[in-house]
Amino acid sequence: MDYGDLIQIFLPIVLVIVAYFTGTKVEAEHYKSIIEREKRFLNLPALTMEFKSLFKDAESIQQIERAELVDGSVVISVDYFKHFVASLKNFFGGALNSYESLLDRARREAILRMKEKAPNSDMIINLKLETSSIGKEGGSSGKGVLTVEVLAYGTAISLKK
Amino acid sequence: MLLTNIDCVPGKEIKQHFGLVSGSTVRAKHFVGDFFAGLKNVVGGELKGYTELLEEARGEAVNRMADQAAQFGANAIINIRFSTSSVAAGAAELYAYGTAVLVG
Repeated sequence: MDYGDLIQIFLPIVLVIVAYFTGTKVEAEHYKSIIEREKRFLNLPALTMEFKSLFKDAESIQQIERAELVDGSVVISVDYFKHFVASLKNFFGGALNSYESLLDRARREAILRMKEKAPNSDMIINLKLETSSIGKEGGSSGKGVLTVEVLAYGTAISLKK
Repeated sequence: MLLTNIDCVPGKEIKQHFGLVSGSTVRAKHFVGDFFAGLKNVVGGELKGYTELLEEARGEAVNRMADQAAQFGANAIINIRFSTSSVAAGAAELYAYGTAVLVG
């Protein structure tokens, strides 16, 4: 056995170990920042409700000053460790918890970025979320590491003060 | 051009409909960006290069849609929807569509 073989065996293992520590740290920091920013935007609700169910009469429509389209998006990928765990799980079946947190982070981040683009409005209505997998080779079915793009968009409403 | 994804422009009356307008762009990842994205895949987290790429491409799609609406003489687009589909390995199509209207 020469060095070439050793590298071939140990490189993936080293990558998985490195990815475990960095990935866990990145995720914890991201969640910390998400929770902190969500608290800041508590007074700007993002609703999935349609316009007509919120503003029923002419009087309430008069209150609206401005309505504009806002969006926020993020492209995020799993770390190599989670990818490794997921590929094992894929073999045996069952819930992929490691991907659940990725999608949760991506959606919350996209909604936050949308809110950051309309900080002075009073609410965002008709919120839509769009998720697409832009995995590397062969998309979701291939062996590429899962990378998702989440887009959040809605109409920001500013009321007359 | 007023853009909303609800079925009206609040406080304004729709005077004329021009039907569906749409805009799309197809973007491919570039090689250098892809290399760094590959490294980032090891540690996980946001791929900022891709976020910017897709954001810019989506802006382009919206501009094309708005240009089409302007040609009809519309001043607003309502009920806008976005959709993303990966058409080939490493390339994505960003599509925006809505209804062009004249409000006043």
